[in-house]
Formats: sequence, structure tokens, C-alpha cells
Amino acid sequence: MDLSSINPILLLASLMVAATPILLAAIGELVVERAGVLNLGVEGMMITGAVCGFAFATITGSPWLGFVAAALGGAALSLLFGVLTQYLLTNQVATGLALTLFGLGLSALIGQGYIGIKAPAFPDIHVPLLGDIPVIGPIIFQHDPMVYIGLALVAGTYWFLHKTRGGLILRAVGENHDAAHALGYKVIKVRLLAIMFGGACAGLGGAYLSLVRVPQWTEGMTAGAGWIALAIVVFAGWKPWRLLLGAYLFGGVTVLQLNLQAAGVAVPVEYLSMSPYLATIVVLVIMSSGRAPGSLGRIFHASR
Amino acid sequence: MLMLEKRSNPSRGWTYASPIVAVILTMILGGIVFAILGKPPLETIRTIFFDPLFSEFAWFYRPQLLIKGAPLVLIAIGLSFGFRAGVWNIGAEGQYIMGALGAAAVGLAFYPTDSWIVFPLMIIAGTLSGILWAMIPAVLRVKFKTNEILVSLMLVYVAERFAASMALGAMRNPDGMGFPGSRNLSQYPSAANLEIFAGSGMHWGVVAAFIAVIFAYVTLSRHILGFQVRLAGQSPRAAAFAGVNPARLILICLGISGGLAGMAGMFEVAGPLGQVNVGFNVGYGFTAIIVAFLGRLHPVGILLAGGLMALTYIGGEIAQSNLGLPSAAIQLLQGMLLFILLMVDVLANYRIRFAAGEK
Repeated sequence: MDLSSINPILLLASLMVAATPILLAAIGELVVERAGVLNLGVEGMMITGAVCGFAFATITGSPWLGFVAAALGGAALSLLFGVLTQYLLTNQVATGLALTLFGLGLSALIGQGYIGIKAPAFPDIHVPLLGDIPVIGPIIFQHDPMVYIGLALVAGTYWFLHKTRGGLILRAVGENHDAAHALGYKVIKVRLLAIMFGGACAGLGGAYLSLVRVPQWTEGMTAGAGWIALAIVVFAGWKPWRLLLGAYLFGGVTVLQLNLQAAGVAVPVEYLSMSPYLATIVVLVIMSSGRAPGSLGRIFHASR
Repeated sequence: MLMLEKRSNPSRGWTYASPIVAVILTMILGGIVFAILGKPPLETIRTIFFDPLFSEFAWFYRPQLLIKGAPLVLIAIGLSFGFRAGVWNIGAEGQYIMGALGAAAVGLAFYPTDSWIVFPLMIIAGTLSGILWAMIPAVLRVKFKTNEILVSLMLVYVAERFAASMALGAMRNPDGMGFPGSRNLSQYPSAANLEIFAGSGMHWGVVAAFIAVIFAYVTLSRHILGFQVRLAGQSPRAAAFAGVNPARLILICLGISGGLAGMAGMFEVAGPLGQVNVGFNVGYGFTAIIVAFLGRLHPVGILLAGGLMALTYIGGEIAQSNLGLPSAAIQLLQGMLLFILLMVDVLANYRIRFAAGEK
């Protein structure tokens, strides 16, 4: 065992990369849940995004087009959930589970021809000046663009939810859909838009796994990342900034256990690779105190 | 314009009809998917849904129906209790794995002792392991209000990795020339879950599944626990007034589903599967969720739904070897079935009205 082989700067830098897919998926789900909808299909939308993104990126040779396709794929799948839960008034928990099972099957089917292929490279950007700062530069300012897009999405979501009229309406719909409906807001329309935003974000998160983090396509490659994203939304108490903390905490555990594996710690690999899941449970136990949006998971049916 | 109007009571007719309508719609949509994949749609549908029962080789496939159906029915029966009461155990796959490991541990510890006691002990160990694994989300939910959906699901991944470490470490077959995986329990007579009538597919897990169906039917329709489960699901407030203790109900629901999932794991590891190995679980715990919903959370319905789902597994394998249908297509078909079922269900709870403007 050689713990000195772990470079703290590289560790923190890869922490940001490890946190990004979860962060992307979680910020989308946060908006969905703030609108009062519980979409348990994050895992299914993520893996669909992963395969759509990978397929498009390898066909076109452009990772950017891959990410666009992933967002569209995730949004399309989420629309299915949206129509079922909003128009056909199905149980959200059951529908979300169906979405996950469906997405896993769909992605495996689409991905058959893409196993063992390498994704086109997605180069890191070196932020001028800031990237040259010692220690902080390599940790924060030398990543691929999606890391910053993820951060921008968190900031943008915070701004939208708390500083704009649209955000106020969305939160009103999530807190009490009957009151929002009485005020004349289009509950179903707001929720459908939120659901599609969530799907697009989950798709991006999945594509980040298949295009940057791994970068390959394998069946079931999300390995619970979508569920961890759901857990981090609870951990964050439905607040965008705390989401960042949760995602980095999770990224830290993941990266640390990978580094410990590489350093040859005496603990078997299987036990180390349990740690992100166990950490998620611990975090859920400690932080289950946040107040959920009032109408979360409840079916809205306008009575006349 | 089409409008949905809530029915005061779910339509009885649609409650029974919607699973059948959903299966037919799934066949049609599945046929379209198969056509897109370049397979003959009608032949593929026939291969999946009819050949295992009625083709000239059906004598070979019919026993498989029992073997594949038993774990699905066992797990789904357990899940139906929780799903009715609003306790969402999504981690049956993990409880299944732990049940298999617990049973295998007992079986391997006794190897090669020849005694009748080994098999019953394995059943107990498997069931207890499943219960204990399910008690983690149950206790966390009761004590800390932690979401049981997420915890039980996280524990699936933990259990998978634990199984891998067992297959590579403590339970590895000492005579296995270094290959991963435990001794084959189905070749150890005292521990083997053998067919009761040779060639019938009827092993002890199938018997257990039938007993579970009867037990669940009696409990849900005749016992106070069944009443409480149904009440808590339909109206938590009314349940509180009726003196239902929610914490106790959560523990019981997760306990039942965990125990039955663990038992299913035991029968698999001692019989059809034979050994603990890396990635030995094949997703029965997740497919059982579909079975539970397709069966309307009703014991008899679950029995029928389990049979149907087993059919798609076996038919899928036949279609895979005869027509080159990818195995993922079956997974997609199963997911589609649940989707369509939920969609058709709207007709049971709501009435469609053609509204012309203001009423």
C-alpha cells in the first residue's frame, strides 16, 4: 500500500469530474420536484442519454452533437412520463419505475452496435490566466466544458427559481397545485416543461458518463447514478446550492475509493466500490430534514 | 373535447380487463418494434407468447415456466403488501441476493454432511437474510424518516458487490481450480432444491410460491393485517384513526417482502442456479415489480402475471436462438408492458367524457 501515490491536486480535480454527471441529473430532478412531480425514472433517462449521446458522437465525430442528442433523448423519454402522469393521471412512483426499466431495455437495444468502440475525444479547456494559478488552476480551471456547463446550470437554476416570475410560478405549482390552478396558472404545462428540463439534464449527465468519464458504452453503465442523483436532491433539501455540496461529497467518495483501489489498500476492491452507495445512505439518514415541496408526488386533476 | 371524470369507485370491469388490454397492446407495439429491428413481427410474437406453451417442443419449455415463474411470484407477492400500503420496497433484488448468500453460507458450511436438516436450515437462513437486509431501509424509515425507495435501491448495489466478494473469496469453491464461484449446491444432495417429480419443473420454490399466494390471499382478505395494509394505502388518515401503527406496518411490509425475496434467492441458489457467482442475479427482483402491478397487487393476479412474465423470458430465449432477437428487446417489451398497463388503468379510475364547451 502506498498512500503517498495519491496526489491531492489530481484527487480534487477528478472529484469535480466525478461529481458532474450526478450534478447534471440532480439539478434537473430538483426542478422537476420543485414543480411537485416525483420522477423516479432518472436512471432510465440517464442511461438513454448515455447511449444516445455516445451513438451520435461516434456517428458524427462531434461530442457536442452527442450531448445535444443526449439532451433530446432524455427529454423525449421524460415526455412519455409527463404525458402519462399529467394527462393520464398515473401513479408517479410506478410510472417512474416503469421509465427506468423501459430506459434500461431501450438503451441496451440501441447500444448493441456500439460496444467496445471508443468515444471521440472531448478536450479539456485551459481557462486563460486562471488556469495558470498553482494548485487552484489544475483543480478548478482545467476541465472539459461540461463541468462548467453543469455549474452554470446550478447557478441558472438558482436564479430562475428564486429571482424570476417563472420560478415563482413553478414553485407555487409545486407547493400547492390547487391554489396555483385557482390563480389561473397552467399547472400541467408548467409541470410538463419542468419534466422535460429534468429529462434533458439527466440525458446530459448520462452522456457525460459515456463520452467523458468512462468513455465507452457498456450496458447498464450508469450503475445507480440516477438513483444517487435522486438521493442528492433530498440531501440538498431541494436547494440548488446545497446540491453542489452533495454532488461534490459524492464525487469525493467515488474518487477517493478509486484512488485507494489503485494504491492497493488491503481492503478488497468490492468493499471499496460499495462506499459511494453506503455514503449515499449515510447522507440520507443524516440529512432527511429538508421540507419537500407540498404537492410532491400528488396527482393533479382539475375538478370543475 | 375529451375530458376525464373521476369515478367514485374504480370500475370493476376495467380492473379485470385492463391487464388483458395492456398485454394485447404490448403485443401490437412489440410487433412494431420487432419489425423495426428487421424481424418478422407475427412470427416473433408467436415465438414469445405461444411457442413455449403450444409448439411441438412445449414439453421441454413448460417446466421452465414453473422454474422462472416461481421466484417472480414469490417476490411479487411480498412486494404487493408494501405497494398496497404505500411502502415502496424497490430493493427486492438486493434481498434476493442476500437470501441466496445466507442460504449458500449454511449449505456450504455443512458440506459434505449428509443430513435432512440442511435444506430446511437453508430455507430459514435465506429467509432471515432477506428479512435482515430489508430491515435496514425499514428501520431507517421508522427511526429517521429516510426514504425507503432510495435506501433499499442503494442496498442492491451493495449486495451485488458483496456477492462478488463472496464468490471470489470466502465462498469460492476450493476444488474449483481458482475459478470464481462457489461449490455447486445442486450437486450436493442434502442442500439441493430438486424437482419433486422429475422433469416437471416442480421444485420446492414452486411449492413455496403457491403457498405464498394462498397465504397472501387469506391474509389480505380475512386477516386484520390485510385490512390495515389496504386501509393505510387508501387513506393514511383513516388508518391512523383506526389505530393502525404506521411504524409497525412499515416493518411488517418490508419484512414480508424481504423474507419472500430472500426465500426466492435460496431456492434459486440451491436449485436452478446451483452456485453463488459474480453477477448471479438476473433481475428477478426488478421484474417482480412489473409482475406485482400487472397482477393488480392481488395474489391470484400475481400468479397469472408471474406466469406471463416467465413466458416472455422463455419465449425471449427461444426468439433469441431461432430468430436472433436481441435479449434487450425482451427487457424493452417488459418495460413497455408496465407502461401500457399504467396507461390503460386510467380507464378504471376515470370516465372519458366528450365535453362540448361549457357545461
